[in-house]
Amino acid sequence: MENNNLTIKLKVWRQENAGAKGKFVDYTIDDVNPDMSFLEMLDELNEELIKKDDLPIEFDNDCREGICGMCGMVINGTAHGPKSGTTTCEVRMRQFKDGETILIEPWRARPFPVIKDLVVDRSAFDRIMVAGGYIDVKTGSAPDAHTVLVPKENADLAMDMAACIGCGACVAACPNASASLFVGAKVSQFALLPQGQPEATKRVEAMVAQMDEEGFGACSNHGECEAVCPKNISILAIARMRREYWKASVH
Amino acid sequence: MKLDSKIPGGPLAEKWDKHKFDMKVVNPKNKRKFTVLVVGTGLAGASAAASMAELGYHVKSFCIQDSPRRAHSIGAQGGINAAKNYPNDGDSIWRLFYDTIKGGDYRSREANVYRLAQVSNNIIDQTVAQGVPYQREYGGLLANRSFGGALVSRTFYARGQTGQQLLLGAYSALMAQVHSGMVEILPRREMVELVMINDQARGIIVRNLINGEFERYVGDAVVLATGGYAQVYFLSTNAMNSNASAIWRAHKKGALFGNPCYVQIHPTCIPRSGDYQSKLTLMSESLRNDGRVWVPKKKGDKRPPNEIPEDERDYYLERKYPTFGNMVPRDVASRNAKMVCDEGRGVGKTGLAVYLDFRDAIKEFGREVIEEKYGNLFEMYKMITDEDGYQVPMRIYPAPHYTMGGLWVDYNLMSTIPGLHVIGEANFSDHGANRLGASALMQGLADGYFVLPYTIGNYLGGTKLEKVSTDHEAFKEAEAEAKAKYDKLLSIKGSKTVKEFHQEIGSIMWNYVGMSRNAEGLKKALEEIPRLREEFWQNVKIAGSEDSLNKNLEFAGRVADYLEFGELMAQDALHREESCGGHFREEHQTEEGEALRDDENFTYVAAWEFKGLGKKWELHKEPLEFENVTLTQRSYK
Ligand SMILES: Cc1cc2nc3c(=O)[nH]c(=O)nc-3n(C[C@H](O)[C@H](O)[C@H](O)COP(=O)(O)OP(=O)(O)OC[C@H]3O[C@@H](n4cnc5c(N)ncnc54)[C@H](O)[C@@H]3O)c2cc1C
Ligand code: FES
Repeated sequence: MENNNLTIKLKVWRQENAGAKGKFVDYTIDDVNPDMSFLEMLDELNEELIKKDDLPIEFDNDCREGICGMCGMVINGTAHGPKSGTTTCEVRMRQFKDGETILIEPWRARPFPVIKDLVVDRSAFDRIMVAGGYIDVKTGSAPDAHTVLVPKENADLAMDMAACIGCGACVAACPNASASLFVGAKVSQFALLPQGQPEATKRVEAMVAQMDEEGFGACSNHGECEAVCPKNISILAIARMRREYWKASVH
Repeated sequence: MKLDSKIPGGPLAEKWDKHKFDMKVVNPKNKRKFTVLVVGTGLAGASAAASMAELGYHVKSFCIQDSPRRAHSIGAQGGINAAKNYPNDGDSIWRLFYDTIKGGDYRSREANVYRLAQVSNNIIDQTVAQGVPYQREYGGLLANRSFGGALVSRTFYARGQTGQQLLLGAYSALMAQVHSGMVEILPRREMVELVMINDQARGIIVRNLINGEFERYVGDAVVLATGGYAQVYFLSTNAMNSNASAIWRAHKKGALFGNPCYVQIHPTCIPRSGDYQSKLTLMSESLRNDGRVWVPKKKGDKRPPNEIPEDERDYYLERKYPTFGNMVPRDVASRNAKMVCDEGRGVGKTGLAVYLDFRDAIKEFGREVIEEKYGNLFEMYKMITDEDGYQVPMRIYPAPHYTMGGLWVDYNLMSTIPGLHVIGEANFSDHGANRLGASALMQGLADGYFVLPYTIGNYLGGTKLEKVSTDHEAFKEAEAEAKAKYDKLLSIKGSKTVKEFHQEIGSIMWNYVGMSRNAEGLKKALEEIPRLREEFWQNVKIAGSEDSLNKNLEFAGRVADYLEFGELMAQDALHREESCGGHFREEHQTEEGEALRDDENFTYVAAWEFKGLGKKWELHKEPLEFENVTLTQRSYK
């Protein structure tokens, strides 16, 4: 059978720990099956490195199906790689050409410090959620599910917003390292639902304040976030967040 | 050791209410004095941690991932069951109970399953109130669909991302409690040892995955919500960090392990394509609502599927099971796929696949309807296989997916170690020998929101707990034990990688302790596993050092545990001389090749006690008593 396997050259960001100075290191990997996922290609490279007593490249990942939000690399300058609407773990090697050089970097944003190699610290997102990313409803206190009707259109829009996987690509792609798409998506999900109304004011104010405190920049409508979002979350989320914020401030 | 399941007396439907009344209640002011350590932030762990914190307990919540929101539960696609009967198709708590008991092939406890069905409705109420955007009808009401093993429509869903939405709901509740100061989250931590003081679970040792340091945490009770062990097969639908280590290390400290051989092999996964493959991708079983499963009638028929005429196709599920058709339970669907492939009628390059065909559904409802229902699954299929499921039938094959076995727990979800509670997929409790679709999310959230928060109070309120700190000798010993293990791993410097060992144990398990099992194969596994384990401890090669982020070392620790645990799975499978649910022993089948139970001799839970490596585990039996349902040959014809 014909062999379509690829030879791929990589330039990978290696950094020993948060304090260390990082650098790009070159690797060549042969015999890459085009059906492989990008992460499987890195797995193979790591196996080779381990066998040569070299340190494997550290990168975060878990579900490998585009839903947990754990993976994230800047591939050839684009967060999560060239194809829109996908996570790093969903990138397939058939998207690359034989002999191609691929540049791999971690998310680069001040609020996401590098821990090692391609692994970054995204705990700032958790702290934003702690500030107000919830509807306060204690276990056992909920009324029957059908007492609240939600028009299908709103439920669908809320679902579009709720699809955010918290990967941080929006921040990595934004020239200002803004987290507005992430926060806007959560604020919008709840703003679209009747259950989210009572705490709407408090929520948007608290989340935005925490976002600022974490050092994320302001949104200046570049739209890079929307372009890289693996879940295709629309930048309308940010507009809605602004509206909610404005509503809150005139309260 | 005498196993006491602590099932309350009285009529089935009243047991839980009565038990709630009889249990000790901790005075609200005293709750603050207790700390509960919750390992795992999936549906079970996050819901439990949040609910206990709301009650006033201090909670510390641990997970491996960088955020609690990323637990493996996030990947669940299809939906969650509840007995709401909103579609008015005759559903009830009783019917959900009955379907689940029957689906589990009569190898689970009536009382547990009934309670699960009872609280299922509260879960839907709770999660709707949290803002989970379930699928709705145009009138604004919640939509339902059907899943395998049921003739009613009781599954609630949020597109193909139900697990994600439910987990984000539980995570939000957890974050609210972090806000109120009742929960501390400790991500990027792996529990490596359980700490016992006065024979009670009083703490854990975790490895900080960023700097490699061992940390000690003390509590009044420990909850393991660490998920299932399907990764023992190397290739499974589970997330990469799913593991058996937390429950395994607790097992070695004395917690009995229930029914380890009960594994669910899911019928609708994308087939394997090469050795490099790191995981298998599941496509929701809801696809079987509209997709038709078939293989060519002729052996070795290599024609492209669309060129095979209708009368040369064998829709084998519809043929053999006219009532349930393509919606038979997972174990039945998987086994039948294996059978037709073993007959040489499998399709695709490897011959290890069957077709899932949407041609007729598209003809009947139009492509748009199918796209709206399953669009994301078709996209995923395309991305992985480079094929268009709307144009050519999808190829599917079974893959390890869910583990019904787990640490043995009583009705209060406590293991045989006092204070050690186990919830979610990590325990053995409610699914018997086979789990029905959309009921793991239900069980995880039932345990976490509506069962454990009550039963833990009963334990804390009724137990004498000495005041202890992390300076206690037991903490020092447990930490030293954990550290010694990782030191040893790094010192071996052999020549075979962790992944190679994982692949090897995985293929032993798949070949001999997989979809169908026989005594000869199981005995072979029992010989090969200890041999491989020995080789591992002499020849594994691990990169890097202990004192920094080192995923290779993390995996080494987990693979070391599979190399012990696999042996117990094989022992359990060998001892169970019957077929039931996901456990199919070739020696025990009906003439038509269906699972043949032996109710007279095997209507019990097998709970195994660790006696030391190299020794046989000791079997304890918890007899299963059926007072409300009659055991029948499970039939989906
Ligand atoms: C692809 C897929 C689809 C599914 N779809 C459905 C569905 O539609 N409906 C349904 O009902 N079920 C479904 N399931 C099954 C269901 O998702 C799981 O059974 C369930 O989510 C398990 O939840 P859990 O809370 O028990 O554990 P998990 O979600 O697995 O969480 C385990 C947690 O424990 C932590 N952990 C593990 N080990 C350690 C350790 N040593 N130290 C510290 N932390 C640790 C992890 O970090 C994680 O936080 C699906 C499963 C898969 C794989
Ligand atoms: S690994 Fe989960 S989204 Fe990529």
